[in-house]
Amino acid sequence: MRTVIGIDLGSTTTKAVVLGEDGRMLGRGITNTRSNYDVACAIARSEALIATRFALLREALARRAPDAARDDALLQSIARTFRLEQHLGQIAVLRTELAAVASGATWHTYGEALHACAAGLLDRIEAEAPAAFAGGAGLGSEFFRDLVGARWRVLAEPAGKAADIGFDWLMSCFDKAIVRVENRALDLSFERFAGPAIERFVRENPALAPGNATALRASATEAAAAAIDEWNQVGTGYGRSKLPFRREQIRSEILCHGLGAHRFFPGTRTVLDIGGQDTKAIQVDDQGIVTSFQMNDRCAAGCGRYLGYIADEMNVAVQELGPMASRATRSVKINSTCTVFAGAELRDRLALGQKREDVVAGLHRAIVLRAMSLLARSGGVKDEFTFTGGVARNQAAVAALRQLVSENYGARQLNISVDSIYTGAYGAALFALRDARAAAATPDPVAA
Amino acid sequence: MNDSIHKEPSMLRQKELIGGHYRKLARAKEAGLKSAYTFVPGNLTELLLAFDVLPVLPEINALQSAMRGKSAEYIAKAEKLGQSEDVCTYVKCDYGMMKSGNVGPTGERLPDPDLLLLSYTGCFTFLKWFELLREEYKAPTVMLHVPYQGDGAATREMRDYVVKQLRRVVIPALEKVTGKRYDEDRLRHILALSAQAEEDFVAVFRAARNRPSPIDAYFGGVYYIGPIFTAFRGTQAAVDYYRMLRAEVDARVAAGAGPLTPDGPMPREKYRLVVEGPPNWTSFHEFWRMFHEEGAVVVASTYTKVGGVYEDGFRHDPARPLESLAEYCLGCYTNHNLPARADRIARYVQDYEADGFLIHSVKSCDSFSAGQLVILRDVEQKTGRAGAFIESDLVDPRYFAASNVKNRLESYLQMIDQQRRGATACAR
Amino acid sequence: MSQPAAAALAQLVERAEALAYDVEYSAVRAWKERHPGALAIGFVPVWAPRELIAACGALPVGVVGGGDKVEIIKGDACYQSYVCHLPRSVVELGLNGRLDCLDGMLFPSICDVIRNLSGVWKLLFPNKLSHYLDLPQDFDPEIGGDFFRAELAQLVELLVARGARRPTPASWRQAITEHNENRHLVEELHALRREQPWRVPTSEAYVVARAGCVLPATEHSALLRDYLALVRAVPRAPLDNARVVVAGAFCEQPPLDLLKTLERAGCYIVGDDFLLAPRFVRADVPLEGDPLAAIANTWLAHAQPHASVWTRAGTKGDDLVALARKAGAEGVLFAAPSFCDPALLDQPMQEAACGRAGLPHMHFKYSENSGQFQGIREQAGTFADAIKLWSGA
Repeated sequence: MRTVIGIDLGSTTTKAVVLGEDGRMLGRGITNTRSNYDVACAIARSEALIATRFALLREALARRAPDAARDDALLQSIARTFRLEQHLGQIAVLRTELAAVASGATWHTYGEALHACAAGLLDRIEAEAPAAFAGGAGLGSEFFRDLVGARWRVLAEPAGKAADIGFDWLMSCFDKAIVRVENRALDLSFERFAGPAIERFVRENPALAPGNATALRASATEAAAAAIDEWNQVGTGYGRSKLPFRREQIRSEILCHGLGAHRFFPGTRTVLDIGGQDTKAIQVDDQGIVTSFQMNDRCAAGCGRYLGYIADEMNVAVQELGPMASRATRSVKINSTCTVFAGAELRDRLALGQKREDVVAGLHRAIVLRAMSLLARSGGVKDEFTFTGGVARNQAAVAALRQLVSENYGARQLNISVDSIYTGAYGAALFALRDARAAAATPDPVAA
Repeated sequence: MNDSIHKEPSMLRQKELIGGHYRKLARAKEAGLKSAYTFVPGNLTELLLAFDVLPVLPEINALQSAMRGKSAEYIAKAEKLGQSEDVCTYVKCDYGMMKSGNVGPTGERLPDPDLLLLSYTGCFTFLKWFELLREEYKAPTVMLHVPYQGDGAATREMRDYVVKQLRRVVIPALEKVTGKRYDEDRLRHILALSAQAEEDFVAVFRAARNRPSPIDAYFGGVYYIGPIFTAFRGTQAAVDYYRMLRAEVDARVAAGAGPLTPDGPMPREKYRLVVEGPPNWTSFHEFWRMFHEEGAVVVASTYTKVGGVYEDGFRHDPARPLESLAEYCLGCYTNHNLPARADRIARYVQDYEADGFLIHSVKSCDSFSAGQLVILRDVEQKTGRAGAFIESDLVDPRYFAASNVKNRLESYLQMIDQQRRGATACAR
Repeated sequence: MSQPAAAALAQLVERAEALAYDVEYSAVRAWKERHPGALAIGFVPVWAPRELIAACGALPVGVVGGGDKVEIIKGDACYQSYVCHLPRSVVELGLNGRLDCLDGMLFPSICDVIRNLSGVWKLLFPNKLSHYLDLPQDFDPEIGGDFFRAELAQLVELLVARGARRPTPASWRQAITEHNENRHLVEELHALRREQPWRVPTSEAYVVARAGCVLPATEHSALLRDYLALVRAVPRAPLDNARVVVAGAFCEQPPLDLLKTLERAGCYIVGDDFLLAPRFVRADVPLEGDPLAAIANTWLAHAQPHASVWTRAGTKGDDLVALARKAGAEGVLFAAPSFCDPALLDQPMQEAACGRAGLPHMHFKYSENSGQFQGIREQAGTFADAIKLWSGA
């Protein structure tokens, strides 16, 4: 099959979207690897291709065992098992890296004891993994570092005490090893892990009809073997210039967000994207063509990074900020969206005895106020209005935006896709498809 | 500019002129020549020349320092001496340079001023700048107040006010400093030379109406304005330089050639842009490269009008020496109000058949920058084209974020491209 | 006696504060209802010829920004982050219709931001009068004076063209008299604060003065008289505070909480440059002769040295030192709005002057909507303590 890929190299995450030649979204992937762009790009692409092959698996299964192919729970369970196999594969790599790190000169003091303790910790984490994945781990946070790191932090303290090894040593050892893992372009592909995943799934589900097991094995083999021809690719995002792509395969994120948002919601006329480093206000026409845009000024004030900074200041995970703000009873007025001053203002407010929830609600409003100004600069908020980027997943920010838009512009249809974070990559993939078709001089079936 | 690249004779001539002036300044004291510090907008070069006084332009020194990579050090010095991080970096760069030995762009020391001639035109900060210089140099100081065209026109009262100041304040001060009598005939002669050069100067910038444009009217334009905006207006050297430049530009038009860039001739004109606002000087060539690599040429710019707006027909006039100097001062670009500036930009977009316009907004310069976003909206409404907005600074390298600037510029050019394709698709 | 006086005082201050911070400009709207057909003309800091506006039967209205009372959206759409806050809040007020009651706006020359705001206003409100008032930088009555007089004459024509009454000798006399009187009362307020700062806290004096932005001179004068009478009647005990002058806050206004913070930190503010409009010119405008020339020449001869005006003679900062001496101040607080070119560019020269005069000083920045003062409180507290230590030594 012929596919095109769009890659969005953002400041905090890298996203990839794979489209079939009919324009259908086949797969998408995301990674938070900060090690280097090549690896990030490879991981996101491989994730997207895995999703693509899962789609092929389902199609193949539909021919062999239609009932099984319609069973979402079954397929989700297989996906979880696949993630588990990938996870175990990564643990194996981590194990060798940990050993290498522990053998380094710095760690000589502890010698074998450190080796043993680290290996023991990893044994525990490995043993816990199947249960954790069965319970849905790996789906909430999709990143290996986060999953393993969280457990390591919990287990390292008692283990270190028992082995008389400082907690800091164990953490530092882990940090060094995980960076090395992230810097390696690992083979996490469908082709490698689908087989073992199906075998484990069949083993662990004795109630599975024998015919379905056979059908699964055959479908997985077929999906793994299917030739996926990468017809074209387009890169976008903050770090797009670092992609090893040809010049015409690079598009600004403005165009990609405009087109992606248009394809998600064809009625879109105004797009707001709040990403990690950038906020963009974009106006598009009925074809998804950008008519004007504005980006935030030099500083990253009021961007996603600001929320990350606030989360660090409050010592909570960034995902917890939205829910926290939603519990506010009133919104405290915050004047500074400058990341440097916001911390001071935050501490000041808290010192004055104001509730955390109320202060955080105020911070969300402050961010959205900045975005409102940018929207005004770009030409206002027209109907329909589509909100994209990482911050679009934050319910408190969405609520503040909804309110301010209605106060300033009246009723507007506000669209937020569940795949919102992929908008840029989706747009890039659409450009890749459009360009490939133009080059092949065939009419574009998805063009409106 | 890269030395291996072909240079036209006018480029070498321009470099010689400017370099020669700095060398002359370095030897001014021993040669018994007087110097006056003054500013580009509303400069009274002809009047100074009539008294054999050499002009020194602090904002030119600041931008030269930036192009030589010295501005960060000078700004740091000024901030250490108590200047706020919030204020104009031209001032800080100049002040830091002064406090570091006042070594000019050619590596030689600039003379202390015999006169501080504050041509207070189009920029409030000039006033503060010269209060600061006066405290440092204790030199005689003259303030020439050039009223702002707040309601969109230079009135007779404004002109009379400036002429009266010239006659009763500026000229007596020059007479006192130089010990020479004011010679109006000599001034007339100098003004006649100004007018000659101004004709060719206007023709050079007008040539950008051709397709392809033979010049870049912003990055390249900066070099073209050099002589006429600084020490050479009213000299035969300037007359010769602009004649030579005009001939070269005409030849490029005849050959259908595009502008020369520091990296060689620009191969293909893909986008025609109008630019408002001064350039960034610390990354001047990098900034230019971002344009010409994309095939973007600037066909008109407002920055090349800060030292005088000539395209509407104004010329220095030997028949009305002081009146025409006053009109010159009143007419400088930053002395125009915002609606007039927006009108001019919109007119450029139409007259030069531009694909779009870009505002380069610098942190330092409130005179240019405050209100530019409103200008942006107004020009968008007038031309029906979306504008681009890019921010950095004049001479503080901390405020030039290359990747941000490039991202915005590329996004803008791609938008133009996409709109063109969209238009073509619709036409089919 | 003191009990009811204290209550009356509290009530008056409350009323003044409501007037001073009313972003709906209700007092102006009410005045216009009482004066059908009359114009209300806004002006931004620092100075405008209020007597001229009043002589045309119009109400001069000081527009000094939205402070922390307005949420900024449209203002930020018009201004980059490196421009001070005042124009954002003024634009926000304008675009939200809060300034609809004004028939025009004057933008006196003070800096390029305000100068350009005059053009922004023309673009955003094409149907309203927007006029840049270029104050002379040449102080010779025959040069700068002639130009200034012509400027003022033009302003009269602009107002008349908008439907204002052409001034008559009687209306000139009345307007000039009323504004001279208002200037005396404002000066009396500051004099009393210099002499007995414990009686006149700046956080009170400020709102009483600021109420004058939206009131006709006579009404404001009445308010000032009442306030002066009440503070003289209410017993207030002096504290062992440091006497300071605040400099640099002449355009974008400091938040009221900032003033309270400074007072709580142990400072008596005995001199400042807030709300200069009624006291910028330090002499009466004479009633005799051509009123336009009278305003122009009084300005030329008696406008106070200021960052927005070319320092014609002497050294920058001398006037500040003189002001501090006159006020018996023990130190100077440089309080400049962020990105305020006039204040920030003057500051190093003024600091040097303070240094030469042996006047302790410190500096900080604020913006009209600053919300946190912890740092300033600690800085000012330390400064006040240090001053008292020095003066005790």
